[in-house]
Amino acid sequence: MSEYRVIGKALRKVDAVAKVTGATRFADDLSFPRMLYCKLLRSTQPHARIVSIDVTAARRLAGVLAVLVGRDLPIPFGILPVSQDEHTLCLDKVRFIGDPVAAVAATTEETATAALDLIQVVYAPLKSFDSAEEAVAHPEPQIHDYGDSGNLHKLIDLEFGDAAAGIAAADLVREDFFFFEGSTHLPMEQHAAVAQWSPDSKLTLWTSTQTPHYVHRALAKVLELPAARVRVIATPNGGGFGGKSDPFNHEIAVAKLAMITGRPVKITLTREEVFYCHRGRHPTLMWVRTGVKKDGAITGMHFRSLLDGGAYGSYGVASTYYTGALQTVTYNVPRYHFQGARAFTNKAPCGPKRGHGTPQPRFALEVHLDKIAEQLGIDPAELRLKTLVPPNSLTANYLRVGSMGLGACIAKVVEGSDWKGKFRKLPHGRGVGLACSSYISGAGLPIYWNNMPHSGVQLKCDRSGGVTVFCGSTEIGQGSDSILAYIVAEVLGIDPFDIAVVTADTDLTPVDLGSYSSRVTLMSGNAALQAAERARQILAVHAAKKLDVPLERLTFAEGRVFDRKDRTRGITFAEAVQCAEAAEGMIGTVGSYTPPPSAGRYRGAGVGPSPAYSYSACVAAVDVDPETGIVRVPTIWIAHDVGRSINSASVIGQVEGSIYMGLGEALMEEMAYRGNRNVVHKIPSLLEYKSPTTLEMCDVVTYLIEDPDPNGPFGAKEVGQGPLLPVMPAVANAVYDAVGVRVDEVPITPEKVLKALRSKAKGEEGRFGPTSFPDISWPEPTRVPTPWEGGDGRATPVTAAAPERQH
Amino acid sequence: MLRLPSFRYLQPKSLAEAVALKADAGPDGMYVAGGTDLYPNMKRRHQEPKTVISLMGIPDLRTMEREKLGTCVTLSTLSNIPSFQHSAVGTAARLVSTPLLRNMGTLGGNLCLDTRCNYYNQSYEWRKSIDFCMKKDGKICWVAPSSPRCWAVSSSDVAPVMVAIGAEYRLLGPQGERVVPAARFYHNDGINYLTKQPDEILVDVRLPAPDGWDAVYHKLRRRGSFDFPVLGVAAWVQWKGKNVAAARIVLGGVASYPQEVAEAGAVLMGAPLCDESIAAAAEAAYRPSKPMDNTDFDLSWRKQMTRVYVKRALDELRARH
Repeated sequence: MSEYRVIGKALRKVDAVAKVTGATRFADDLSFPRMLYCKLLRSTQPHARIVSIDVTAARRLAGVLAVLVGRDLPIPFGILPVSQDEHTLCLDKVRFIGDPVAAVAATTEETATAALDLIQVVYAPLKSFDSAEEAVAHPEPQIHDYGDSGNLHKLIDLEFGDAAAGIAAADLVREDFFFFEGSTHLPMEQHAAVAQWSPDSKLTLWTSTQTPHYVHRALAKVLELPAARVRVIATPNGGGFGGKSDPFNHEIAVAKLAMITGRPVKITLTREEVFYCHRGRHPTLMWVRTGVKKDGAITGMHFRSLLDGGAYGSYGVASTYYTGALQTVTYNVPRYHFQGARAFTNKAPCGPKRGHGTPQPRFALEVHLDKIAEQLGIDPAELRLKTLVPPNSLTANYLRVGSMGLGACIAKVVEGSDWKGKFRKLPHGRGVGLACSSYISGAGLPIYWNNMPHSGVQLKCDRSGGVTVFCGSTEIGQGSDSILAYIVAEVLGIDPFDIAVVTADTDLTPVDLGSYSSRVTLMSGNAALQAAERARQILAVHAAKKLDVPLERLTFAEGRVFDRKDRTRGITFAEAVQCAEAAEGMIGTVGSYTPPPSAGRYRGAGVGPSPAYSYSACVAAVDVDPETGIVRVPTIWIAHDVGRSINSASVIGQVEGSIYMGLGEALMEEMAYRGNRNVVHKIPSLLEYKSPTTLEMCDVVTYLIEDPDPNGPFGAKEVGQGPLLPVMPAVANAVYDAVGVRVDEVPITPEKVLKALRSKAKGEEGRFGPTSFPDISWPEPTRVPTPWEGGDGRATPVTAAAPERQH
Repeated sequence: MLRLPSFRYLQPKSLAEAVALKADAGPDGMYVAGGTDLYPNMKRRHQEPKTVISLMGIPDLRTMEREKLGTCVTLSTLSNIPSFQHSAVGTAARLVSTPLLRNMGTLGGNLCLDTRCNYYNQSYEWRKSIDFCMKKDGKICWVAPSSPRCWAVSSSDVAPVMVAIGAEYRLLGPQGERVVPAARFYHNDGINYLTKQPDEILVDVRLPAPDGWDAVYHKLRRRGSFDFPVLGVAAWVQWKGKNVAAARIVLGGVASYPQEVAEAGAVLMGAPLCDESIAAAAEAAYRPSKPMDNTDFDLSWRKQMTRVYVKRALDELRARH
């Protein structure tokens, strides 16, 4: 990539030195004079009516300045407009152990903690539900008074072409059940926030959030303040992974407490409370039936998912759609039927965790294909290569695939891992497994309906030569601040480390929707690119005049603007700004990015479209101890189609981080609850919630496939989430290769492997996993003719009295 | 964040001073060594001492001799001595938690480690939501609700080794000094899991002289670091030529005390270690191993692993004889 000076290079991040020396100020590092400390009293009941709350004694405790209860903040909020189902503090009922019911502000954290003990809450317990199946079986008592049916929050039925007919035309039809356990993000930084209410009635909230724009909206709504008087500053996040993408109770509580007391108020959640904020992976039960021809061509697919949503909506409606959306962007699925349901249960709310709703179906699909390949006697890599979605095509569910490097990814890992020399050839106990995946580079549609850009950048050129980039994007450790600097530096020919980056401050920076859905590099990157190109345009005009060189011969590089034909003929970048400023006044530009319109026009078409899809292929090697069932993963080979790396070191870092997180989900992570003990979270601690240590981390061999996508800045696509997806199914497939048993659920724990081995030894099926899917009254499907049936992306109008469907 | 409650912190310079300070503090006083067990427990209000008496400034507790170990020797020190005669002790010490915690945690702390249970090692608020348990603030054992006793688990790595090799503990209290065999230091009761009185200090551990015996320790846990054992196997053999003259198999992590399985040692005696005798010992150890549902992993799997881990421990002893 020699044409670029900055793009693609393994530069350090612009904030790296501050991070590694401990100088970065996270939310919990902030301190203000007269600051108060907030603690939240949380429900000890999983599902109950609040009969009474008595805060008299807590209010009387010396050092306590304010106590809030639900009725002090009666306006609901929630990340999605369709799920405004949360209150800052529970109003009349609690829905899980950990639901906040009261907030205290006191002069010390000890006093605030002591005050919690003095609050008397009387609960009238209600029947509680600890699994999606339970919630399906019991429509009453309802956890929420809204939703599609009983305790089912959302029901989706989408059919693209006649899937049943497609499946019927197959040579082989295979059905499988899978379960994907819930897991949490486990960011090192526990959520923290500080609120300040100024004497001139303006609110400032510093908070470890991935989405300051949405927090801004929620604060204005719940506190009934003009948005112009609310300022949200996202502090650098010590990890997010999707767990800091919702507006949270504690953020609103400290804001209200600051308004009441007139003093700054801070809250730092405990690790246990972070488990209660959750918004992690939905536990998901899945059923898939696929028809294939002898050569592996898919004729039709029917996919069902049942998500355990926990106690609140969060992003759940989108998560549910995502469990059915991206099956079609890797392999050619000509006819596709998706049915998805999300249940409310009395557990911490689920939401978006890295991969948001797609790791579960990807696990199911990739293991399912491994089984199909075996039945057809086709190598699993070959099977996939035969059915790839072509680039620049439209899928059955109207997702527009642009660049598509999955074939190249598969070829790389097959070669790098010596797949052909290992698959079904290793000694008992050792195995390899292959899986692929794809992910969006930003959601094509915003969370709340609007037709404005998804990302904005302002760029200021100072006469000293300094450049400042302002953007609402949020640095969560992924390097988004650096991306802005690299892109602007490349265009303006200056040193990225000279650029001032101001981000995630709703008073100072233009809106960016937030650090979620792998959208930041593509969207804020494109906005930065546009702003930088506009600045360069202005500077070039005046530099050309000054140098008396034709505009098109000017180059911006190494802090200079010069004639490409005569490098000595040039001025410094600062002089170029001075010329322009003298002629035009202050030099500032803006850039913004709006994704291309999506092709689907049916209800539900909003989830899945993206300006570009990344692709990954992965081979995992495993060692399985047949005596204990313990699985170890020595090596993973992964190829990722990133379009183009903006920073190759950061890209590889994201790949390795994804694999690390994926290994945890594959082997051990589990949001476990004591169903028989009040649905309490079994292990809300870093010690007992098992996540891999460096000792469990495998060696990673990463290959980057760089085929620039026309929609990405410099061709860049996402890398933050996609490489996680193939890890779990690759490990599951490798376990089968190693010891001949199928564990059709994650985590693949030693107990499950050993049980499957014992079953196999007894002559039974060597399998561990679910064997049924509950009966759900699905709605009448939204039928959408596929593009190859002449469809235009719209659903077929519903005719009256449609016949009852048989499943 | 989870705050450590306020307490008075005292730093005696001698054993006598420590005992006197404890007498002054009464039942609200507690000794602390490295604090890696006590302080997290205090944050969760498992122990609520008003006065904490540090033993770390007492030179007598830092003894490091071939056959005498002071209890304030850190686990790092214990695990990093390459020439350490009693290698199983070093192995067990090295397998405790993480390097950082071993730098703080001590031998005595690990030997006196509070029993653990995932109904108990939780915050005050969490425990409130299950109405507490009998080990602290409540009346019932949630692991076995009809049981009159607490089933919290002995989770020390070093204690099973000390019991297996027949170490002796020296204690000092207001009534003077006493020496107890390691096995008699522990009770199979999750609440009263030590015979040590609260005002006694565990001073040092006397190790048996190397005299034709060998011992190993194998630990089962989810991850290679951090985790407490869900099963520990300490195996000790007194060799007489090629034959086993005596043997002890001690299980950690499956009961409220380091559980010696006498039958498992007995089947090994009088013959060389061979596949058959090892299998018989593993089977004998498997039968009384009764882990409960209060740690990581499924309890039936943990029980099954007893057989595998005893076999592997004995295989190692056989291989290096």
